[in-house]
Amino acid sequence: MSQHHVIPFKTYMKVAAALVALTFLTVICHELHLGPLAGPVAFLIAAVKAALVLLYFMHLKYDNMQNRVIFGSGLIFLLLLIGFSALDIWTRVQSMSTL
Amino acid sequence: MTTNVSHGEHHHSHHFDSAEHEYSSDKEGLWLFMVTEILMFGGLFVAYAIFHSIYPEMFSEGASHLDWRMGFINTLVLITSSLTMALGIFYNQQNQPKKAFWNLIATILLGCCFLVIKYLEYSGKFHHGIYPGRFLDMAVVNPVHQNLGLYFGLYFCMTGLHGIHVVIGMSLIGWVAVRTYKGHFNSHYYTPVEGVGIFWHIVDLIWIFLFPLLYLVG
Repeated sequence: MSQHHVIPFKTYMKVAAALVALTFLTVICHELHLGPLAGPVAFLIAAVKAALVLLYFMHLKYDNMQNRVIFGSGLIFLLLLIGFSALDIWTRVQSMSTL
Repeated sequence: MTTNVSHGEHHHSHHFDSAEHEYSSDKEGLWLFMVTEILMFGGLFVAYAIFHSIYPEMFSEGASHLDWRMGFINTLVLITSSLTMALGIFYNQQNQPKKAFWNLIATILLGCCFLVIKYLEYSGKFHHGIYPGRFLDMAVVNPVHQNLGLYFGLYFCMTGLHGIHVVIGMSLIGWVAVRTYKGHFNSHYYTPVEGVGIFWHIVDLIWIFLFPLLYLVG
């Protein structure tokens, strides 16, 4: 078997340190009480952390195009689910129950 | 097949052209499996998003019942376990099975640590009458919002399904740890460790989203 790409030890340590730092950042943002921005900010930090895990710990950065497309397809279907659900909820006509 | 091979050397199955072919097919299958995992949890996340947009105050009340410090510590535990898991693969790639073995054992212990904290949280919730859905004890909890059980339905389903994944992941890591100890893996063949690693990291990845959504934003 040909040699696979081996991610250096240092890179793993840096990624882990970044993940810990971002976890602290999540809590700091929570303590700042950002109001309506709290949700999006927390989600954005989580997305950055998820990207780090995917690219380095799960080796997706050095994986072949096929596996990246497979992961991307999952993400697209998830976005479809979220998108159409959001459309459904936001376009509902509010009406009071007669019960 | 070829003769004169040393003990423990891996041979690719006969239906693959080469070891590289086998490795890439295994990983393709794993990523397809990861997509099903993402979509399974994705459904729960969408349910969370919908009900959160309809009942934002009720979700804040639900989150106020959770201790974010517990979720915070568990996030750090899982991130550390992801690092040790990655190192378990790294040392197998470096032909250092002993170091790989101990990193895998550390990963299992951190998984135990996560479950112990989760157990403390769950038992605390049950003690205060907090159960999912209609089982929530209204007399004991006395919630401001009458549908608080909905939040805890999502809480217990999401963290419960995640917890089952942690248990399965720990068992799989135990399996590859034993095989690492027996010297089944080397820089040319470590596919099972790589696959179990990807599964363990997706468990960590899901928790990365669960922590802020359930404990902080509410």
